[in-house]
Parts: sequence; C-alpha cells; structure tokens
Amino acid sequence: MTTIRVTTEVNGDRVEFLADPRETLLDVLRDKLGLTGSKEGCGTGDCGACSVLLDGRLVSSCLVLGVEAEGRKVETIEGMAPGEELHPLQRKFLEHAALQCGFCTPGFLVASKALLERNPDPTEEEVRYWLAGNLCRCTGYDKIVRAVLDAAAEMRGAG
Amino acid sequence: MRYHTPQTFEEAARIAATGSGTTRFLAGGTDVLVQMRTGLVTPDDLIDLKHIPGAYDITQAPDGGWQIGVAVSGAALGEHPELGRAWPGVVEAMELVGSTQVQGRATLTGNLCNGSPAADSVPALVAAGAVVRVTGPDGTREVPVEEIPEGPGKTALVPGEVVSALLLPPRGAAGGDAYQRFIPRTEMDIAVVGCAVNLTLDGDVIRAARVALGAVAPTVLLVPDAAAALVGSHWDDGARARIEAAARAAARPITDKRGTAEFRTHVAGVLAGRVADIAYRRAKGEQT
Repeated sequence: MTTIRVTTEVNGDRVEFLADPRETLLDVLRDKLGLTGSKEGCGTGDCGACSVLLDGRLVSSCLVLGVEAEGRKVETIEGMAPGEELHPLQRKFLEHAALQCGFCTPGFLVASKALLERNPDPTEEEVRYWLAGNLCRCTGYDKIVRAVLDAAAEMRGAG
Repeated sequence: MRYHTPQTFEEAARIAATGSGTTRFLAGGTDVLVQMRTGLVTPDDLIDLKHIPGAYDITQAPDGGWQIGVAVSGAALGEHPELGRAWPGVVEAMELVGSTQVQGRATLTGNLCNGSPAADSVPALVAAGAVVRVTGPDGTREVPVEEIPEGPGKTALVPGEVVSALLLPPRGAAGGDAYQRFIPRTEMDIAVVGCAVNLTLDGDVIRAARVALGAVAPTVLLVPDAAAALVGSHWDDGARARIEAAARAAARPITDKRGTAEFRTHVAGVLAGRVADIAYRRAKGEQT
C-alpha cells in the first residue's frame, strides 16, 4: 500500500502527514496528528461527533479521506478556544449543563459555531434543524439548544 | 486501493476504463465512503473528481441554462441566489438530503449515481428536464436524467463512463417547480414517497408540465399521464383530481418498513396535488 504525502492546514497551522488513501480525515486527526477532540461515534456520517470545518464547510470527518485534505483548511474543536479563554459556546455549554458523558460535545460545539457564524440570531427551530445531524443520547437536546441560543445572544451583545 | 486525482474527465474516464477491479468515482463521498466503511464496496481504484477544473462551479449559459459541477455540495447549491430563484424545486429537494454535515459534501450528481429510488433530488431533476453530460472512452454524450437510474443501486452508465456535468434548462418565463416528500418525522429521513412537479403557464393556463415520483418503483418515475392531467387546465379541482389519480395509477411501490404499498400509492396522489399547487403558485410569481 502506497502512502501519499498530504500538506494541509489544521487550525491555522501548516501540517504534513503520510496517509494510506483508505484512512479518513478523522483517523488522521486522531491517530497521526494527536487531535483526539473529534470523536468517532458511528463512522458512517450519522452522528456528527466527528464534525469539523473543511474550507469553512461543516462536514463529518469520518466521511472525508485524509488525502482529500490536500491543500485545504481544516478546523477542529482544538482550535475553538482562543488561547486560555473558552469560546462563549463552550462556556454556555458548561453553564447550562448541556453535556453529560461529553462524547458528542465537540461535534455539537463545532457545528454550533458554524451555525452562529452564518446566522448570529437563529430561532430555536433553526438551531434544532441545523443540529439535527448531531446525536446526543444523554441530554435530550433541550439544554444544548438553550446553551446555543444563550451563547448567540451573548455574542450578539458583545459584537 | 489506488487513489487518483485526474485533472480532466477524459483522464478520469481513461483510468476507470483501464482499471482491472472495482472502480468508484469520488465527489462528496457521502455514499461512497459509507460503502467503503461498511465493507460493502472496496474499490481498487478510487478516482477523486474534485481536482478537475469546474467541479465546484455553478455557471449560467447565455441561453439561461445552468451547468452544475459534479462536486457542488447541497450547501453551495442552496446558497446560490439566482439558481434558487430559477429552480426552487431542485434546490429544495437537494436540501432535504441528510444533515448539515452531509449537505457540506453531498452532490446532485452523487445522489443520482447512487441509484436510490428514494433519492430526493432525482425526481426534481427529472421534472426539471435536467440532462447529464457523460464522458466515456468513446467521447461525450448527453443523457436525460430519467434514463440514468435502472434499478436500486444500478445506473445506465457503463464501465469507464463518468458524469462530467449536470445541465438544467433555461427556466424561462412563467414557470415554477417544487418538490415534497413524505417522511414520518421532520428531517433526517429517507423519502417514503417523493414528488416533483415542473410547469409553465400561458396566462393562467398550464401550457406544459413534467411530473416525477420517487420511492414508488425500482427507479424514479417520470409520469407523463400526470403531466397530461395538468396541461390545458387552470389548476382547478378537476385537474387536481386527475393528477392525483394519474400519480396513484403510475405508482407501483413495495411494502417495506417505511410504508405499505397501499399507503405509498395513496400518498403519491396526495403529494402530486400539493406539489402541483406549489409549482403553479410559483409559476404565477407567488412567494412560497
């Protein structure tokens, strides 16, 4: 099996890795780059736990091959907090207890950040539709939705 | 598995034609990667089409027709303001596919080539009169979308052929299209029945129509009898009853966990009436 050299950008840093073409971007992030924030829930694009941004677009990294990242920009949960400060979404998830086991949380945070960048003032319905591809088996979703709406309000106030 | 990044569709077709084993083309990957991950398909040659110039482009021709690149995602399609005004039914159908994450990658061409009878975008493309450009070892041909699916997971494309672009006709004046599906929840599900209607008016009278049904046969169906039920009418109660009857007569569904054949047949009629109503109002210039 030939490996392929891939040059990409992850959270603003230029990164190079050697990938077996069968490896997913999620495998590469976790096993080659040590970025284990993105989780593998289903591995088939159903649960959203591996959500990342690829060239600014929300995708499931389990449904992207590592070799497809060549020349592109990847943003993961590890790049979300600016320095030591938590991102407002991260803080609101804690305040609202919008997580229990936490396995789905990185995916929800990445997906929610992508929503608020496009739509700073979403309705509850818009939040629920946008996050329909992120599954949580603990919270029942209500606390997550409230946390996102609260973070959106705070971020609008700060802007 | 060999991973290829051809720069032209001719090169992609050549790689596929000369490959010795299983070949898959990769655009959005939301079906192909799932098949690979679940062990359903293990390609010997995986041909990534996204390095080909134009793969991400939506362009309008001088005659008003549209060319949609094979890697244009559902999200990109939905963000294109002019295309959404010209073909709202095609765009709303594609936007029903999967989650936000799936929308970030999934493509119209992939939805077609996956060969699912329940593919949401395919009835809308068929109703719109869309055509695919197919590049193969013997050159390029254009094929109406309704001739591509041959059965669940099967297409009319032969080994070495690749869809190189999707073409939508000019919308023209006084036209409207729409798509709806029935699912037992509000999102993230597969159509139990889908229906698309595309029509053009002459004043208040329907001058031309195309009607397509999904998930009620082994392939998406173009239903000329349902279109004929509309043509010449003012979209009155009689026309509604006729399109409902024609859609039900054309449906030949199976019973499975998503719904019984009887239920699907009934819903095909209900949706045909509702969707024709939306298409008619759009053709009249109403915001729907």
